[in-house]
Amino acid sequence: MKNEIKSFTIRFAGDSGDGMQLVGTRLTETLVVQGIDVSTLPDYPAEIRAPGGTVSGVSGYQMQFADHDIYSPGDTIDCLVAMNPAALKKCIADVAKGALVIVNEDAFTEQNLEKAGYENNPFADDSLIQYRIIKIPATSLTLQAVEGIGLQKPQAERCKNFFMLGLALWLLDCPIDATKEWISSKFKKNPQVLEANQRAFSSGYAYGDTKELSGLRFTVNKMEDFKAGTYINLSGNEAAAYGLVAAAESAGRRLFFGAYPITPASDIMQELAALPRFNVSMFQAEDEIAAVCAAIGASFGGAIAAAGTSGPGLCLKTEGINLAVIAELPLVVIDVQRGGPSTGLPTKTEQSDLLQALFGRSGESPVVVIAPQTPSDCFHSAYEAVRLAVHAMTPVIMLSDGYIGNGTEPFRIPEEGELPPIKLSFEVSPEKFQPYLRDPETLSRPWCVPGTPGYEHRIGGLEKQDVTGAVSYEPDNHDRMNRIRLEKIMKLQSVIPDQEIFGEEEGELLIVGWGGTFGSIRTAVEELRNEGVKVSHAQIKYLNPFPKNLGDILKRFKKILVPEINLGQLAWLLRAKYLIEPHQLNLLRGLPLKISDVKEKAIELLEAVR
Amino acid sequence: MIETQKLARKDFMSGQTVRWCPGCGDYAILAQVQSLMPALGIPREKIVFISGIGCSSRFPYYMNTYGFHTIHGRALPIAEGLKMANSDLQIWVITGDGDALSIGGNHFIHALRKNFDLKIIMFNNEIYGLTKGQYSPTSKIGQKTKSSPFGSIEKPVHPLSLALGVEATFVARTIDADPKHMLQVFKRASEHKGTAYVEVLQNCLIFNNGAHSFITDKMQRPDHALYLEHGKPLRFGPDNSKGIALKGTSPVIVEQVVDEKELLVHDETHEEPTHAYFLSRMRHPEFPVPLGVFRAVKKPIYDETMNQRIESAKKSRTEKNFRDFMVGNNSWTMR
Ligand code: SF4
Repeated sequence: MKNEIKSFTIRFAGDSGDGMQLVGTRLTETLVVQGIDVSTLPDYPAEIRAPGGTVSGVSGYQMQFADHDIYSPGDTIDCLVAMNPAALKKCIADVAKGALVIVNEDAFTEQNLEKAGYENNPFADDSLIQYRIIKIPATSLTLQAVEGIGLQKPQAERCKNFFMLGLALWLLDCPIDATKEWISSKFKKNPQVLEANQRAFSSGYAYGDTKELSGLRFTVNKMEDFKAGTYINLSGNEAAAYGLVAAAESAGRRLFFGAYPITPASDIMQELAALPRFNVSMFQAEDEIAAVCAAIGASFGGAIAAAGTSGPGLCLKTEGINLAVIAELPLVVIDVQRGGPSTGLPTKTEQSDLLQALFGRSGESPVVVIAPQTPSDCFHSAYEAVRLAVHAMTPVIMLSDGYIGNGTEPFRIPEEGELPPIKLSFEVSPEKFQPYLRDPETLSRPWCVPGTPGYEHRIGGLEKQDVTGAVSYEPDNHDRMNRIRLEKIMKLQSVIPDQEIFGEEEGELLIVGWGGTFGSIRTAVEELRNEGVKVSHAQIKYLNPFPKNLGDILKRFKKILVPEINLGQLAWLLRAKYLIEPHQLNLLRGLPLKISDVKEKAIELLEAVR
Repeated sequence: MIETQKLARKDFMSGQTVRWCPGCGDYAILAQVQSLMPALGIPREKIVFISGIGCSSRFPYYMNTYGFHTIHGRALPIAEGLKMANSDLQIWVITGDGDALSIGGNHFIHALRKNFDLKIIMFNNEIYGLTKGQYSPTSKIGQKTKSSPFGSIEKPVHPLSLALGVEATFVARTIDADPKHMLQVFKRASEHKGTAYVEVLQNCLIFNNGAHSFITDKMQRPDHALYLEHGKPLRFGPDNSKGIALKGTSPVIVEQVVDEKELLVHDETHEEPTHAYFLSRMRHPEFPVPLGVFRAVKKPIYDETMNQRIESAKKSRTEKNFRDFMVGNNSWTMR
């Protein structure tokens, strides 16, 4: 018997060596190609190999899939697959009451229970009574399946993630041929392991037909309301890398990417390192400072230049960004935000670099700040960051975060000609050329690069004389240049889209978010609206400058709620800029906002009105 | 546009008023660099001067080429990025002892190690001049400065030893008081493929006058300077009567050379930097200070290798454009 469902959230959790990420990514690939919408969230421990069996060493992979457009990997879990007691302990609070919990029974030994910090066996008391528990001896069944192949026991045991993958594909009624082919090609160099994984996989799938699981098969139909096109499954970090490449291709320039390894941004540099054939030069520098400085040098040389980092790296890049501000060179800095301050929570998400991005530099140093909203929006935001950087000859900081950077979803590949072309800053003849001559429209200066005859000039970090670019300590000139640099950024309001509102254009309550909280907030607002509650939503992508209609929008609502994964940085900005008093919802747990938290706060605010 | 062959020294003078203190050693360096430029046969637009912060770093403003006066210590990574973006350029990095060895120390060792095609001229005046006289990483132990009123307690860094420690491919030293030698050394640097590092012993008249007088002073120079020549024995002294020999693993001074064969012969091209390193350890006052090219070897160049990779990858690409690549990446179509 199959159950047709509209959406389903499943989490695989186990020791970091249990291979749960592989199960999750493969299941995702299987579902997306069927036209089902999938949103995923991997959750890694900070340590590469944390102590086995402990709660801190649990690695998880959560995914929601649905027959309609979804924006988040789900709040509460409909099915938890726990490979050991630690995984069960860590995740059980997120499981919906009455939902399915599949455990690897073999791992529930006294020793493992103790490592996980269980005083009593949770199956022995009534602590799990509200869940539907399915105990499967996954380790022993895997060992049985691979018997005779000649693997050592630890190696044979490691195949149990393929057992679980098989079981998951059965559970979600997925075809298995593609996965079998995938296993064959992935392990073709090691026939023994290939055979073992195939057998474990088949054994897991076959286990589904046993009595115990009867009535527990779920089917999600393919999406009805999708945008026609060709899709790939991408993480936000991959999408950001691709967006940069697409932008440089449109500009007809080389993409130069300066980077230093840092969690959770390293995926971007790794993606780009593989793409020299698209004229990409990925430079791994000796430190964060050199990474951004090399990008600035490349920008001076006419390349589309970008750097990727996370919070601690952004701190180190401030001086370089400041140089690009005064030298007026295009530069994109992608900050995949993580928990701070300092080293903070490297593998966990946060939104606490907003004020740093806006103000964390000496002097009056305006830059463009934009924030992608979903994994696939990282592509469009990176592309947009390049467009704005070359349009205004300015640094642009893109504030992604660990949640959307690591999360994946289907990305619709733009058709040819669909993306706005990247236009380079204005051209001027050598006779008329001056380094700080400005386009009256954009206030942008010409981008004339070394190697071009007739445009020899010097730039630098000292204050420039307007137009000529010569060093100037003249008081009025300095005042004027500061105002021009600011005005140049503000003028971008005319080339960025107006702020959109989801829901009514005015009313009781507007929820205003920015960046990666889009999925949680939009889902909460949709759910509330389906329940008949009137709430609107505006997710701000352009944080500097703000869209020109933002102030008007804010004034049309009686109450504004600003949920953020920080202590109120956007709320602080809105208060300062628009003299409004927004309500706040702030949670810094290293986790995405919970849909239920947003809903509760919204209802609380609306009830206070009545 | 000016044709290369017709360029003269004045074509490289930017017309900006030079703002170093009168009598500063920087003037002599600028003059030699400007004289060298026309001889290079490189179009002016393909020459770039990049500097960090410090007295020396004003340099790009005085050169009528492309230039970038950047931030303290960071000239090297900026130059690296520029070179990677545009491999046709000849890029000169102008830096000082504080800029290159203190705040920019990390970039310095990695630039030399990775061997970018850059020419670095480091003005070593053993002091922070622009900030008005604090001790620098090359100041002598015990040196009294504004920030070390009781004498510096730091052991100085020896720039050439540091450069050779990371196997820099071209290492040389010259002095602001010997224009002819300076020009020769700069010329050699410009011809080198890879990172060429030149230390110029430069006099800061205001805050550290006479730091190198034992060698910049014409009278004292013959006794204290040893001019290196590839393939020649190490000789010095007023009438070239003295020499350097090797005893065990240490250099010794031969006061009156009888047989040249007993002297150490200079070889810039040693695969291992050991020979050059050994020379870099010869210091005043125990030894004459070597001037000239310590080491010049050919090694793979970072930016060149990277660009070759990109060019060959571009040639063998099968996808029409980037969209094609994304479509080929496990995509599915929904209509
Ligand atoms: S302070 Fe010293 S190094 Fe600087 S310009 Fe004056 S003399 Fe030259």
